Amino acid sequence: MGDGLDAADDAPLATSKHEFAAAEAVAGTLPGAKGATLTSRAVTINRPSADLFAYWRDFSNLPSFMDNVERIDVISSTRSHWVVKAPAGKTVEWDAVITEEVEGELIAWSSQEGADVPNSGRIEFRDAGARGTVVIVTILYDPPAGFIGKVVAKMFQREPAIQARGDLRRFKQLMETGEIATASRTRAQLEAEQN
Amino acid sequence: MRALTWHGKHDVRVDTVDDPEILNPRDAIIKITSTAICGSDLHLYDGYIPTMQAGDILGHEFMGEVVEVGAKSTLQKGQRVVVPFTIACGSCYHCGKHQYSACDNGLPADNQDIGQEMYGQPMSGLFGYSHLTGGYAGGQAEYVRVPFSDVGPIIIPDGVEDEKVLFLSDILPTGWMAAENADIEPGDTVAVWGCGPVGLFAVQSAFLMGAERVIAIDHFPHRLELAKKFGAETINFEETATYEALLQMTGGIGPDAVIDAVGLEAHGFFVDNVIDQIKASTFLGTDRIHSIRQAIIACRKGGRVSMPAVYGGFVDKFPLGAFMEKGLTLKTGQTHVQHYMPALLNAIMENKIDTTFLISHTLGLEDAPQGYKMFHDNQNEVTKVVLKPGLALAAE
Repeated sequence: MGDGLDAADDAPLATSKHEFAAAEAVAGTLPGAKGATLTSRAVTINRPSADLFAYWRDFSNLPSFMDNVERIDVISSTRSHWVVKAPAGKTVEWDAVITEEVEGELIAWSSQEGADVPNSGRIEFRDAGARGTVVIVTILYDPPAGFIGKVVAKMFQREPAIQARGDLRRFKQLMETGEIATASRTRAQLEAEQN
Repeated sequence: MRALTWHGKHDVRVDTVDDPEILNPRDAIIKITSTAICGSDLHLYDGYIPTMQAGDILGHEFMGEVVEVGAKSTLQKGQRVVVPFTIACGSCYHCGKHQYSACDNGLPADNQDIGQEMYGQPMSGLFGYSHLTGGYAGGQAEYVRVPFSDVGPIIIPDGVEDEKVLFLSDILPTGWMAAENADIEPGDTVAVWGCGPVGLFAVQSAFLMGAERVIAIDHFPHRLELAKKFGAETINFEETATYEALLQMTGGIGPDAVIDAVGLEAHGFFVDNVIDQIKASTFLGTDRIHSIRQAIIACRKGGRVSMPAVYGGFVDKFPLGAFMEKGLTLKTGQTHVQHYMPALLNAIMENKIDTTFLISHTLGLEDAPQGYKMFHDNQNEVTKVVLKPGLALAAE
């Protein structure tokens, strides 16, 4: 069977059927890589890449569309402290450091020692002409409390891969429409939905 | 407020629920003056559509008066508007191409999972039509919250009564798009399966687009009468062998374009339909497709198939061989309502299209459950039920 990546094609690594080998290969491209589980996702957003980069780079903006992020404390231009909701009303925390940055194009990060959920990754903003910008998020992480934790987290919609999917959709909505779609009818329903 | 809510198969009630509020900057709150029960609401009533929850407010054909607006809405209090049943943002790639029912942003983020799983990509949101389409509260109520109110609702000039414009919300654009999808050329013969509102509007639209003959197929005599009024020739499939009739009526060629305006709940005791019913009831395949099957077989070689009918899941025994061998073209999709509304409003104002003939019953909102039952039980005479929240309870 080999490592499974011998007959590599042009497809994104995270779509490989050989997930461990793919995660290893991605880790090799990330400075200070943390985590052995790989997820990635692409979304096209009808806005210029500079706008999207600028909004994302200000980490204090992220909780506005990242549902599971309770708060992000910006410590310095490259360091931030993340407090993230976990199953059963708990939270997990880590410090993240920007490991690579290309203005308007790319931000890479890695969690620091002592992280509850070790993780690293990058977000890329690729100009897509008339269609706007293709945003690609790649995340390596260690599921909270191993495999069982991942299953439990999944049940509570707190699994990082699921969260990334929803977060990217909300980011797109916010950037394209100026708001995040909700089917709630009343403020009380909306608040219940957000918690 | 009072609202028509779904509680299960053949169980809809008028309940008191909380009033809607402005939640997003582009929202508006509309006070409903008229709302209709759609044929596709009967799919909900019959329990065919998954992801319904008890208490969901139904209704996707509605209009009314603007009573409240968010900071980014372009509407003004007091304006009368008709609201498209598709919830589309107006700013994504698909909206830019006027493919409004394919809007990327109409659904709440977490609702998009179901569509992505079932269809590969999520579609736009719809009012009052299950959680697969967003779980948005519908307009069979006193008030409704309308997202993206700056791009959806169309403003109606004063002095035009509701009845003339209400159907801009869904069935008129749907019938028009059905005919447009049939790529009608002058001199064509077009066959339309189903003389419900969409089929009848497709008949009118096909003639406006240059069809020489339209053949309308149904089994309700009253509906066939209505089609005849618009100049269609008719086939009652209970009295006549449809395929044989269509072939003879077109000199052995078959119709140039066929339109399936029936969809999910094809009636009639044909062998394949009975098999479909058994499969539907045992979840082996959710959709019953007699009409689209027959349309494909009857269509002339190289002809066009337009399918406004609603299908939700998988089908069996789709005549893929006939479709390929005859070189047919199929166009379909949920209606891009926002795209068609302005031109169709003009057509109504210029009396080129009549929509009022459809309305057979007008009831108060409190009588809505009775309206559903009537519409469900007697589709021959009940062609369209309009609910008016302002109307007092019908006399006992």
